[in-house]
Amino acid sequence: MITALIIVLVAIGSVVFHLMSPWWWTEIASNWGFIDTTIIITFWVTGIVYTAILLFVGYCIWKFRFQEGRKVEYEPENPKLEWWLTALTSIGVVIMLAPGLIAWKQFITVPADAAEFEVLGQQWQWNFRLPGKDGVLGKSDNRNITAENPFGIDPKDPNGKDDLLIEADDLHLPIDKPVKVLLRSVDVLHDFYVPQFRGKMDIIPGMVTYFWFTPIRTGNFEILCAELCGVGHHAMRGNVIVDNQSSYDTWLNEQQTFEQSMAQFETGNSIGKTAGLASKQVPDVTPQKVSAQ
Amino acid sequence: MSDITQDDVGYVAPAEVDDQDLYHPKSWITKYVFCQDAKVIAIQYSATATAIGLVALVLSWLMRLQLGFPDSFSFIEPSDYYQFITAHGMIMVIYLLTALFLGGFGNYMIPLMVGARDMAFPYVNMVSYWVYLTAVLVLIASFYVPGGPTGAGWTLYPPQAILSGTPGSDGGIVLMLISLALFIVGFTMGGLNYVVTVLQSRTRGMTLMRMPLTIWGIFTATILALLAFPALLVGAVMMLFDRLLGTSFFMPNIVEFGEHLSYGGGSPILFQHLFWFFGHPEVYIVALPAFGIVSDLISVHARRHIFGYRLMVWAIVIIGALSFIVWAHHMYVSGMNPWFGFFFATTTLIIAIPTALKVYNWTLTLWRGNIRLTVPMLFAIGFIITFVNGGITGLFLGNVAVDVPLSDTMFVVAHFHMVMGVAPMLVVFGGIYHWYPLITGRMLDETLGKFHFWVTFLGAYLIYFPMHYLGFVGVPRRYFELGDTQVFDSSVGDLNAFISIVTWIVGFAQIVFLYNMARSYFKGKEAGQNPWGACSLEWQTPQVPPGHGNWGKELPLVYRWAYDYGVPGAAHDFVPQNMAPNDVPMAEKGRESSRSRKA
Repeated sequence: MITALIIVLVAIGSVVFHLMSPWWWTEIASNWGFIDTTIIITFWVTGIVYTAILLFVGYCIWKFRFQEGRKVEYEPENPKLEWWLTALTSIGVVIMLAPGLIAWKQFITVPADAAEFEVLGQQWQWNFRLPGKDGVLGKSDNRNITAENPFGIDPKDPNGKDDLLIEADDLHLPIDKPVKVLLRSVDVLHDFYVPQFRGKMDIIPGMVTYFWFTPIRTGNFEILCAELCGVGHHAMRGNVIVDNQSSYDTWLNEQQTFEQSMAQFETGNSIGKTAGLASKQVPDVTPQKVSAQ
Repeated sequence: MSDITQDDVGYVAPAEVDDQDLYHPKSWITKYVFCQDAKVIAIQYSATATAIGLVALVLSWLMRLQLGFPDSFSFIEPSDYYQFITAHGMIMVIYLLTALFLGGFGNYMIPLMVGARDMAFPYVNMVSYWVYLTAVLVLIASFYVPGGPTGAGWTLYPPQAILSGTPGSDGGIVLMLISLALFIVGFTMGGLNYVVTVLQSRTRGMTLMRMPLTIWGIFTATILALLAFPALLVGAVMMLFDRLLGTSFFMPNIVEFGEHLSYGGGSPILFQHLFWFFGHPEVYIVALPAFGIVSDLISVHARRHIFGYRLMVWAIVIIGALSFIVWAHHMYVSGMNPWFGFFFATTTLIIAIPTALKVYNWTLTLWRGNIRLTVPMLFAIGFIITFVNGGITGLFLGNVAVDVPLSDTMFVVAHFHMVMGVAPMLVVFGGIYHWYPLITGRMLDETLGKFHFWVTFLGAYLIYFPMHYLGFVGVPRRYFELGDTQVFDSSVGDLNAFISIVTWIVGFAQIVFLYNMARSYFKGKEAGQNPWGACSLEWQTPQVPPGHGNWGKELPLVYRWAYDYGVPGAAHDFVPQNMAPNDVPMAEKGRESSRSRKA
């Protein structure tokens, strides 16, 4: 009796918690509202099934509780019922899978007019590279990385000269313009994740991964690393600031190009740069090996 | 259904092979230490798994200290925290659950339930345990090497697993990989044994479609493990080479803290494919034995046959087969070719169908049953609820686009703990309460058992159900602390503190369970023969607990399936598998003629 009641309360409690809980997703700031919709559809389908199963179990436990001599039903199989349940479950699966696959198709189809920029992940900070005036990112490779060329841009590639470099600083994006995020890592796996944008993608050394989105509201959004990348993983933060076009242009004009930074390095103006990326904003976590030595 | 029910009882095929003589222990050492009796090996496996499992329990307390109260415990450094979560995950999945279900339940139940005197290869079986123990000792040793155990997360993703930014990249990761390789070697010996025993050592009359679902679950899971673990083995060996010999299987060109490493040309994603080609079947290596055992618990304690036995068997087999073509759903945001997403999302959601049918059949077994709310039954019901809960959140994560925002958040942590942590552990507990009387001859204390159940079940639900919502908020997993952040408001911290408190309570309830096991061994109520009134063979042995060789002089003959509960016309509410049709006591004529099954 009590057991049945508790099971019913678990069912009701779960639904109430879902409806009343203050913990829900952040206000969306990208075009991926359809993913949220798919989640809602999935909630409905699975929520109904879950509640129904719990209530059925609760009912059975109460209705068919042990009584000496009670005759149980002897019916090892019921193919008709089993087929019905298979069919209904399959329909439920299709209802969830179809919007999921549609959303995925959108997610992997980058619009032709998406502006590219690069995220460079590194233990444990975020760096960004914008293509500059020519609209093309210069070729890059980890093998080119030196203290003065922390992004590993190919110095011979003319497209790289005007690339804008943002080291361990905030990234700005213009509102309502689709962007393709190219993801590159210097060392280990990272994952570029901004909760409000919904999208995320792992960053893998040795290859360039990507995803795309369109920012739909201005504001300051925190970047979290979502793939374990060592002791500083939790402290690997950054900011994306979504601006309207005019503030974005102002910000863009203040950024330094690859060519400028190389020139600056050569004339020794920028002492802060000489140690390269590693010296900047590394969170206060010492790697094991370093501390052991 | 002619081959599973009473319609076709009576015929028993002749034996193909004569009864074989067993190895008989000659000394205390060969009886209790280097023992070849599967029942003793089962206890050795279970005890070792429980011991290392307690380490994982303590680690979970420590990590919850940090997560619940991030500013209060200065002795926990980030590197400690990452070592805790890594060791906790690895121990729970491999060294506890896999070892307990296959090495523990498998060893004890397979020979008894199929009517064999022992495993097919008792010596190999014994070696299997000692190699497993060695693997556990190597794992423990990794806690004591300079730099400590690896903190790479239980997935051990390279490159970070073997680079200096990750704790334990000196000796810890090396010992971890060696321990895994040893575990796989040991498991392969045991696993071949389980498969051969089920296929070759069944007693006369025990057709495959008369086997209890426990055996079907363990049998299928073992086949999965034999096919899946080699992928992990090669992954582990290649990573060892990368770490020790400087090869670059998984290592591309890397600049670590401004320094160029000598690696180049390898693929980190290759490791992920190998890992999850093992890792996803691993979920079912844990789940299928749980499915099987819980089916038997529900049937015995609801005093009704399992509903849709053949569908249950085929569902186990189909789930097992499908589990090999869904692995990359762990990698939707890994940067693999995005077109894989369509395929793996579809296969993943298809696997939900046979799984859902199993759930329906468990609940339909309760329908018009005569349900005894014994402690094993409570755990079985707890399993249904937590498994359904964890299963439906799998439909979120498996559905590629939905996975994008949820991947690598606490939603994932909540999902897999519910579905392959809590649910299978509830079955382990249910199984222990159910079979303890067989193994020791004494019952476990029921009051303590009910206390254990309610605290564990409700506590685990309170831990993991709200945790999903942290994932919706966007809280990433594997974060030492959330720190200063604008994304999450303080209520996230409050929920984390709440979860931590419940974690300690649930953890302490397990100590009550251990106490119950120890106390009942000496003071428990005498169980007698077949205290639950079960049909399956393990309860029909001439001695309880079963002696060496299990069956006395004659092997049992099997006449029927393992679920003849509530047979119309029979005098008792169960008919054991080894009872010949002519021996079944019938109710008196008057009652029999008036029996109407749908009444």
